[in-house]
Amino acid sequence: MTSRRRLVRELPLYLMLAPAVVVVLIYSYAPMVGIVMAFQRVLPGRGIFGSPWIGLDNFAFMIRMPNILQVLWNTIRIAGLKAVAGVIVPVAVALMLNNVTSQAFKRTVQTIIYLPHFLSWVILAGIFIEILSPSGGAVNLLLGRVGIEPIYFLGDDRIFPWTMVATDVWKSFGFGAIIYLAALTDIDPTLYEAAVVDGAGRRQQTRHITLPGISGTIIMLSTLSLGNILNAGFDQIFNLYGPVVYRTGDIIDTLVYRIGIANFQYGVATAVGLFKSVVSLILIGIAYRLADKWADYRIF
Amino acid sequence: MNQRIVKLPFLENVANLALLALLGLLCAFPIVHTLALSFSSASAASAGLVTLWPVAFTTQAYRFVLENPAFIRSFGVSTMRVLVGVPVNMILTILVAYPLSRSKEEFRARGFFAWFFVITVLFSGGLIPWYMVIGQTGLIDSFWALIIPGALPVFNVILLANSFRSIPKELEEAAAMDGAGHWTILFRVLLPLSLPILATLTLFVAVAHWNAWFDGMILMNSPAKYPLQSYLQTVVINPDPRMLTERDLALLQLISNRTTRAAQIFIAMIPILIVYPFLQRYFTTGIKLGSVKG
Repeated sequence: MTSRRRLVRELPLYLMLAPAVVVVLIYSYAPMVGIVMAFQRVLPGRGIFGSPWIGLDNFAFMIRMPNILQVLWNTIRIAGLKAVAGVIVPVAVALMLNNVTSQAFKRTVQTIIYLPHFLSWVILAGIFIEILSPSGGAVNLLLGRVGIEPIYFLGDDRIFPWTMVATDVWKSFGFGAIIYLAALTDIDPTLYEAAVVDGAGRRQQTRHITLPGISGTIIMLSTLSLGNILNAGFDQIFNLYGPVVYRTGDIIDTLVYRIGIANFQYGVATAVGLFKSVVSLILIGIAYRLADKWADYRIF
Repeated sequence: MNQRIVKLPFLENVANLALLALLGLLCAFPIVHTLALSFSSASAASAGLVTLWPVAFTTQAYRFVLENPAFIRSFGVSTMRVLVGVPVNMILTILVAYPLSRSKEEFRARGFFAWFFVITVLFSGGLIPWYMVIGQTGLIDSFWALIIPGALPVFNVILLANSFRSIPKELEEAAAMDGAGHWTILFRVLLPLSLPILATLTLFVAVAHWNAWFDGMILMNSPAKYPLQSYLQTVVINPDPRMLTERDLALLQLISNRTTRAAQIFIAMIPILIVYPFLQRYFTTGIKLGSVKG
């Protein structure tokens, strides 16, 4: 086929792509060009092309920030804890649901536990700030009845990271459980029949058939969460934190927001953001390679 | 669907069911509690008397909220955002998914474009350059800032392209034999066979638009243009004194902050609760289709 005929035949495909390509060039690729601000002292009104170059000064400033290591550690700690809990709880719940014989009961529980996934962190923050309040919040009132002093779930910097992990699990475990439940129902039933014939008990079936049957999904999802180790959950933390918990609760994304949007230090904020993007990209690369190797997973 | 061969022993079964019921209660409690608060009297709420049922039932909090023009206005902005944003998202998703679902022979540049879009998921310029580009294109303080920068949900494109590829090739070949071009194949053959996943993706983007708060908060200069979630963020979650009008300050003393907050949160949840039964029906399909490999 001549290249001319080929082009005519492929023309509709290019037409289909055109609007999206324009949007993505402007709003995804142009900001990548804007990364040069990380190497500039960005002056208001002068923009990307008018601001003076200052080499790596913004990065030097970033490294000298007194809280930068703490923020990095907070990010990794909260994201890591969420990732671990985000595998264990949904897998356990999926296994429990899989043991339920009453379809009506199973459906009811599923309907309730999936719902929080679809609510925004703004709404959930409103709810959690209310029920976790140390002065009259429902949770502390209940704890008070068994003689426990009010706990500052959102105001005590030793407890705050755990509150983030717990509320994140609360929001997402139901949705995570569906994925594992789908993997469980894909297990070949004849494997169980064969196991019964061989005299395997229920525990042995779980150990030798059920868990290996979903291990691919578990490995795939846990590996992919490695790419998110610097994403500790901006939406959640931004809506729930405050200066009293910066010591343990401030993460890279909230720091970038405060430096950039609140304090207009565009150069430094871009530098911190770039640091995060590059580290994340490397981790995603490693994660996809591992997921491909261990679980035969590819995005395309 | 249930493949258990051996049933759980009685006691373990009871423990299993009890634990699951407890998890269900744990998920439902905060939401039911909020609903109960919103219908309780201010004094009962501040005395901590409310748990799962309204105490001294009143609709005062809802009347206060629904008489607040700022709340109504931002509810309207959010509604417009969903009505405009969802069709834009879906049209672009479909138009990109089709070329990316073609074979290398049919579309030589497929690999290039697949990476062109996927790279934007893997790497981004970060918050500040994104904010500045939106400023440069004149969208700050414009409704379109909520629609255009996020017009292409790349993850949904991947799901839909994978789903297109799972449709038997013979159907397309038969249509092509009858002289159908790419547009006809897309609209007459593939789309009618993709209704479940299209429904799933439509619901996903509708929920995403309804729930988005950050872009509205930083891209709109005047609170009058805030979508509901941004309004809630700045007025209810993180009250900024500059955002409260004198009327708000005066009335807040008349009625417990607690019950009005609960009422506003619950109203913002209602659209999600309405589409939830449909979401639940379709999203399992969506997840399964997404895992089909090409």
